[in-house]
Amino acid sequence: MREIVVISGKGGTGKTSLTAAFAHLAQNKILCDLDVDAPDLHILLEPKTTRQCAFLSGHEATIDPALCQACGICAAKCRFGAIQAVEGGFRVEPSRCEGCKVCVAFCPHQAIDFQERLCGTWYQSETRFGPMIHAQLFPGQENSGRLVSLLKQQARDLAEQRGIDLIISDGSPGIGCPVIASLSQATLALIVTEPTPSGMHDLKRIAELCEHFRIRIAVLVNKWDLHPENTAAIESLCVEKGYALAGRLPHDTQVAQAMVQRKAVTELDENPFNLQVRQIWKGIEALLPNH
Amino acid sequence: MIVAVASGKGGTGKTTVSASLAATWERPLVAVDLDVEEPNLHLFLKPSLVSIETVNLEVPVLDAERCNLCRACTELCQFKALAIFGKTLMVMPEMCHGCGGCFEVCPTGALKPGSRELGVMEIGHSRGSIPCLTGRLRIGESMSPPLMRQIRHRMAEMATDMGADVIIDAPPGVSCPAMNAVQDSDVILLVTEPTPFGFHDFQLAWEAFTPLKKPMGVVINRAGLGDDRAYAFCKAKGLPILAEIPYRREIAEHYAKGGLLAELDNKMRWTFARLQEGLDRLHKEVIHA
Repeated sequence: MREIVVISGKGGTGKTSLTAAFAHLAQNKILCDLDVDAPDLHILLEPKTTRQCAFLSGHEATIDPALCQACGICAAKCRFGAIQAVEGGFRVEPSRCEGCKVCVAFCPHQAIDFQERLCGTWYQSETRFGPMIHAQLFPGQENSGRLVSLLKQQARDLAEQRGIDLIISDGSPGIGCPVIASLSQATLALIVTEPTPSGMHDLKRIAELCEHFRIRIAVLVNKWDLHPENTAAIESLCVEKGYALAGRLPHDTQVAQAMVQRKAVTELDENPFNLQVRQIWKGIEALLPNH
Repeated sequence: MIVAVASGKGGTGKTTVSASLAATWERPLVAVDLDVEEPNLHLFLKPSLVSIETVNLEVPVLDAERCNLCRACTELCQFKALAIFGKTLMVMPEMCHGCGGCFEVCPTGALKPGSRELGVMEIGHSRGSIPCLTGRLRIGESMSPPLMRQIRHRMAEMATDMGADVIIDAPPGVSCPAMNAVQDSDVILLVTEPTPFGFHDFQLAWEAFTPLKKPMGVVINRAGLGDDRAYAFCKAKGLPILAEIPYRREIAEHYAKGGLLAELDNKMRWTFARLQEGLDRLHKEVIHA
């Protein structure tokens, strides 16, 4: 199974717009949105959901006010500052609860309930570019890494069922748990960067993370013409480190125009910009091992 | 006053807004970067570094001779950091969330406090007087909230000692790291762009932060790009738009050079002065409410 994960470190470099274009250009693939926290790929792909499942993960403590004797042991044991004194007892602030169960274990009056947490929903859908696996973590919820792993497994299962051997995944910004989960078993990490101080700083960190997990790296410099010297510096860094160069794209408002029309940029009338995107996709395909 | 600058979608301009607000702030201030996965605020405030401290999480270390395999710890641990294989207890420190429960339930004292490096805390000074506090997650470390909690603790100490306001550059998204970053704030400033992606994630951020019952204001960045739905949403929800930054190529080029937006021209300086007034107004309304 070949899987391309599109990531960036820094947010807003163009991951999702480019993933949509590659989704349009690639033959026989499964699409997967691994940015479960703030997913956007569905906005361009307008999926029709065929299967929908709840994502339950971890637990959450709640104190029953009728049983609480206000001894305060739970608040003293909680290392996350999630338990606050209220009139007549204590209460768990859900947004701070880590789900560690320490308060439940030490409550002398068994006044703390420990329910499974409903964290989000995941979907299997059909789009005009092929099948898609995606999700929405409920705002403010955690365990996004586990949801990412679940989506990846679903995408693999679906690919096997349908005899497809390519998965294109849109990743999330950062280098933390959802990104680490998204890199697991990936064939190629396509890092989309921009020639800005933030883009360059974050590229180095995300690339180091990929190297840590021994994932092959290709780098695409988006909005390259905003700072040609920085672009040249990024490209020489890639050569020095042995990262593949996927190409460069200029700053172009077409990307936003396509977004407003709910289209991939390659679905607009043929023009120099989207021809470059097609060229870049050909190069990326060539980096993948044969079937 | 503690202001958290957040967004939902990445790349909408949180760091641009935080850096310019910090540089033009009229009262004593601590600038804090809580986007510990990809901290960028220092690239624009360019602080001179005063200290770097390692930040650790307390995790269990096993004294195998004392362990009697009673399973009290493995039954409590919710994060699969402890497991029994055959006749040995295994500790997986990288899975540990640092709740401390295993130390407490172990009847034989077989688990002792050890540490896992989460990252570092960098302290510096920008423009002579602005203390800058940055969290930087170790590459390969998956959990940012425990590092963020320790940065927030230091942030509170520094702000109290100096009698200073705080500007927090928050991470993108709406899950645990973003929630963690806005917990201590008095006012949340949401930075969005009027594109379909920007608007979608802006709504998610509004939904995630609304239960915290904190006043929220909005900055519309790249105004003129995309469509009008963000404006209609702000009107419907009573969210004040405190600043608009137009979509202009020269702004993007200025950013690419590492420039501060408030220093681009007089109009931008004025925009950020008005933004600070707007934040002060939102904060006062809450105090008097």
